[in-house]
Amino acid sequence: MPRKKILPLPGGSEWSFEAIEAYDEAIGRIARNCGLECYPHQLEIISTEQMMDAYASIGMPVYYHHWSFGKQFLATESRYKRGSMGLAYEIVINSDPCIAYLMEENTLPMQALVIAHAAYGHNSFFKGNHLFKQWTSANAIIDYLVFARNFIADCEERHGQEAVERLLDSCHALMNLGVDRYKRAPRLSLQKEQARQREREEYLQAQVNEIWRTLPPQPGKDGAAEEKRFPKEPEENILYFIEKNAPLLEPWQREVIRIVRKIAQYFHPQRQTQVMNEGWASFWHYTLLNTLYDENRVSDGFMFEFLQSHTNVIYQPPYNSRWYSSINPYALGFSMWRDLRRICEQPTDEDREWFPEIAGSDWRATFQFAMHNFKDESFIAQYLSPRLMREFRFFTVVDDDASPKLRVGPIHDDQGYQTLRQRLSDQYNLGSREPNIQVWNMDLRGDRALTLRYFSYQRRPLQGDFTDVLGHVAHLWGFPVRLEEQTASGEINRLGEKG
Amino acid sequence: MIRIVDRRFDSKNKSSVNRSRFIQRFKGQIKKAVADSIDRSGIRDLAEGKRIGIPGRDIAEPQFSTGAGGVREQVLPGNDRFTTGETFDRPSGQGGGRGSKASPDGEGMDDFVFTLTRDEFLDIFFEELALPNLLKRHLASITEFKRVRAGYSQTGVPTNINLVRTMRGAAGRRVAVGGPQRARLLELEAELARLLLGRGESDPEVKRVRLELLRLRARMAAVPFIDSFDLRYNNHVRVAQPTTQAVMFCLMDISGSMDEQKKNIAKRFFTLLYLFLIRTYEHIDVVFIRHHTVAEEVDEENFFHSRETGGTVVSSALKLMRKVIEQRYASGLWNIYGAQASDGDNWLEDSALCYDLLHEKILGLVQFYAYIEIAEDTPQNLWEEYEKVQSAHEGVFAMRRIKSVTDIYPVFHDLFKKRV
Repeated sequence: MPRKKILPLPGGSEWSFEAIEAYDEAIGRIARNCGLECYPHQLEIISTEQMMDAYASIGMPVYYHHWSFGKQFLATESRYKRGSMGLAYEIVINSDPCIAYLMEENTLPMQALVIAHAAYGHNSFFKGNHLFKQWTSANAIIDYLVFARNFIADCEERHGQEAVERLLDSCHALMNLGVDRYKRAPRLSLQKEQARQREREEYLQAQVNEIWRTLPPQPGKDGAAEEKRFPKEPEENILYFIEKNAPLLEPWQREVIRIVRKIAQYFHPQRQTQVMNEGWASFWHYTLLNTLYDENRVSDGFMFEFLQSHTNVIYQPPYNSRWYSSINPYALGFSMWRDLRRICEQPTDEDREWFPEIAGSDWRATFQFAMHNFKDESFIAQYLSPRLMREFRFFTVVDDDASPKLRVGPIHDDQGYQTLRQRLSDQYNLGSREPNIQVWNMDLRGDRALTLRYFSYQRRPLQGDFTDVLGHVAHLWGFPVRLEEQTASGEINRLGEKG
Repeated sequence: MIRIVDRRFDSKNKSSVNRSRFIQRFKGQIKKAVADSIDRSGIRDLAEGKRIGIPGRDIAEPQFSTGAGGVREQVLPGNDRFTTGETFDRPSGQGGGRGSKASPDGEGMDDFVFTLTRDEFLDIFFEELALPNLLKRHLASITEFKRVRAGYSQTGVPTNINLVRTMRGAAGRRVAVGGPQRARLLELEAELARLLLGRGESDPEVKRVRLELLRLRARMAAVPFIDSFDLRYNNHVRVAQPTTQAVMFCLMDISGSMDEQKKNIAKRFFTLLYLFLIRTYEHIDVVFIRHHTVAEEVDEENFFHSRETGGTVVSSALKLMRKVIEQRYASGLWNIYGAQASDGDNWLEDSALCYDLLHEKILGLVQFYAYIEIAEDTPQNLWEEYEKVQSAHEGVFAMRRIKSVTDIYPVFHDLFKKRV
């Protein structure tokens, strides 16, 4: 086959539409050669202000209005103007087509970096990872957000801005408890949503009425039935439970709860795959741009600038540095994907022992498998190698409030690798990171109070402001809400009540 | 195949709705912060946006989370000395860059800090306040007219001819009128060239074509290069121009009895008035007049930072103010505001003169005149004279006594509160 002559890509630091197009084309070609499967994408050039706008609405191009987004915007603006924070140079939206933002202030090498990182890295992750495939509908999200914004604006008109705002406040307080972790949510789409919304309103109201029926109990049927809990099984999705069962909510309020719930669900996979996703995107921008350099299509200057931002992004300060705040997901993720490739290509004896099934395998196949089938927690549990633990010099500190001193747990040595890896994996388990609170019971015959139960883990108490959150739950529920704690030994303590 | 969308020129303030909702919701807290912040800054630097902080807990969005306590195992990077099983004390006061700390610029980390734009800031600060007598002069002062461009017209005076428009029109007309003939001309020229290949000049066919060409050229030449029809003139209309300018007179006593602290109070007061005025007027002149026994006009720096000794003759400042108005602001296009600060000391015989000056010569010209007396002891004769002025000029003249810095805002508020 005749080889197409490869020309150098535009240099310099000023970008132009032609240059961006040329880079996108070149990067895209390499990405396809590497077997990356992406949604078609769209690059949008935006200004700094627009980037801050995007920040305020979690990057989404359309979103409903709420004061908390204004707060977010002001905070971002203030930090940016003070110079204590650079704006992230990329935001990418999990939609089909995938939308990636390029900031106009960025130099050409930065734009190339963002294109490789967002438009090919993240994009392929969104398309391939099972969580995204299963839980989000990339082709419908924008439509749904349009629906949500219009619906909420409409509610504000009909029921007053304050009422809607208070409702949203309460929903936002429970956003993280408004996701299904195990059931698949139905697909979202604008037309379907609108068509079904009215139908759903009526149906839901009927359901609620049924639960709360106040007809006198039939003779001979009480007794054992009174003792039954409702729901029969504890419900983890509190917003869902309230949407379906709260007695006093009006149909539009149920719909608003549903909207918040759906959006929370849409973002849930991103929260579960931060390390993998950022690592994946960083691995690919690094690989793609290096390939461009190997092909002599970009200059040394380009590479210097690229590598400088790259190393900044993947820098992991040690625990005792003043810059340390937590484990940098870019750093850990990038190193893990790099290490995975190394295990495939140049395995050591240690790797063969730890990863017999992938050591020496085809790295692209292994990558596809890992990217498709894991989330942070399982990815770390599966693929974090001893070598990487040594490189990061990971160690565990056990802080038990029953003992006067801190104790060092497993560290990066032969005895420690397994447990250390398990601990790190736990750290990315949303289930143990966030309190496990479920709907336990509602009092059908008495004061209609709702009981939530907190299943404490490792004796960790709830943060003191939980009473404020309870207030929000009570606002949604319309009747008293109680919170109990169930300890590991099965003891039940009443934590608080609101309403 | 790749789509690049340039969004830079799309609407910028997507968040402005959210932003104003935020401000609306926390108006109480923001107002307090704004009032605090004005105590800490000087004249004119308030004319820009303002960073303010409000308590973080008020605007928190609570969510369920776990607090400190129980057993926590944390994996940290960068082990430099630890081995498994080792125990050590809990770090006190939090090292390693974690925990709460005060930010370098003095705001607590717990405060939510953000920047209000100038307009937001002033709106909040001066909410419920109104300038007295604003309306009256405003309506009355629409006396000035301005000529503004308003498109083009076909009639006008030669000086107003718009060449570009005219020539463009002419060119268009020439193309429109000459177009068909030009096409015919090209056709004929081509035909002539073809005929001449085979025939001589005397051929009747050639003659006919030549004749027609001649006629055509004559007709084309008759299309005028410029026609009176093409002429376009710049059009102007007269638009009534409301006056949006004001002058603010700051009068201050700088005699020995006015110490730095009193001056500082006066400065705050002037600042507030200045800010208040810039919300309403596009352009504001500030005239600083200081006086002891004689008055002089000075710049801002000298106004606030100089000290003289000796007695006090307030009327000297009023006379100078009257003179400046006559010289520079007499046109009736200016909204004039006066603010006077003093500690109430005056030469005994002078106070009656002040009454006369204000009553007869000044208050008729100004929109509003505010007098503040910065003193703790009992009022003296100047105050008494001014009370007479106040009763004679209800609504134009106002006076208050200020004891300490903290009184400024309430007094200001009181002076300018909306009267229904």
